[in-house]
Amino acid sequence: MRVPLLRLNARVLIVPLHADVSDDDVIGFQRDLTERVASSEVRGVVIDVSALDVVDSYMARVLNDTARMLRLLGSSVVLCGVQPAVALTLVEMGRNLVDLVTAFNLERALVKLDEQMRLADPVAADPGDADEPPVA
Amino acid sequence: MSRQSLELAGSSDLLQARLSARTLAQRAGLGVMDQTRFATAVSELCRNALTYAGEGWCHLTDLSDREQVVLQAEVEDRGPGIADLTLAMTDGFSTSGSLGAGLPGARRLVDDFRINSTTGGTVVLVRIIRRRHAA
Repeated sequence: MRVPLLRLNARVLIVPLHADVSDDDVIGFQRDLTERVASSEVRGVVIDVSALDVVDSYMARVLNDTARMLRLLGSSVVLCGVQPAVALTLVEMGRNLVDLVTAFNLERALVKLDEQMRLADPVAADPGDADEPPVA
Repeated sequence: MSRQSLELAGSSDLLQARLSARTLAQRAGLGVMDQTRFATAVSELCRNALTYAGEGWCHLTDLSDREQVVLQAEVEDRGPGIADLTLAMTDGFSTSGSLGAGLPGARRLVDDFRINSTTGGTVVLVRIIRRRHAA
């Protein structure tokens, strides 16, 4: 099953990983996502892992690598929805297995992503929004 | 005692092994933290079998008695074996470009970890052991 890339708006994608995501799906997701970011105006991605009840070292590596690729393409990335038991196993398994900006849930992730996108590209952060004061 | 054996030939078998491990832990009465530890350890070991040997077997056994819950996973393959076990158990060591966190990580998740590797294959046995609370 393909991982869906949900378009929130022209600049932000939300990517929910499904519970039974296979290794092949995961590699497909990495490819689809990087291609999409490289060929569009997307400058922010939230990866939602709330459906995953197991994140092993392979999955951790895919998430890290994907975030790194997206950052190289000039996009900000926030991971959200790490289940408590998953956080526990990742920490027990070793240091720095997941090296990503994270947020508690999707709502907070979008706030954090917005902050990151402003920092990354202050001029383009709010195109055409007259209410916002100009960034110095 | 219940025992089930799963053949590992592709990534869908990995998902099945993980699910079976979690279900076994759930049925044995372990909490979600231990279910996740067990399922994650099984995932790491089965993935190793698939990566390095292409196929393998995963045997899940409930060895619990009145005193304690004992869950065992035994993952075996007929791959080339691990040349240097000490190195393979070191954080960050990998011959496949991975994080090198699989084996050392799995060991930290379980209470008993045994590995036996020869040129004819590798067998890893892990156990989660929890004392039952007096009712």
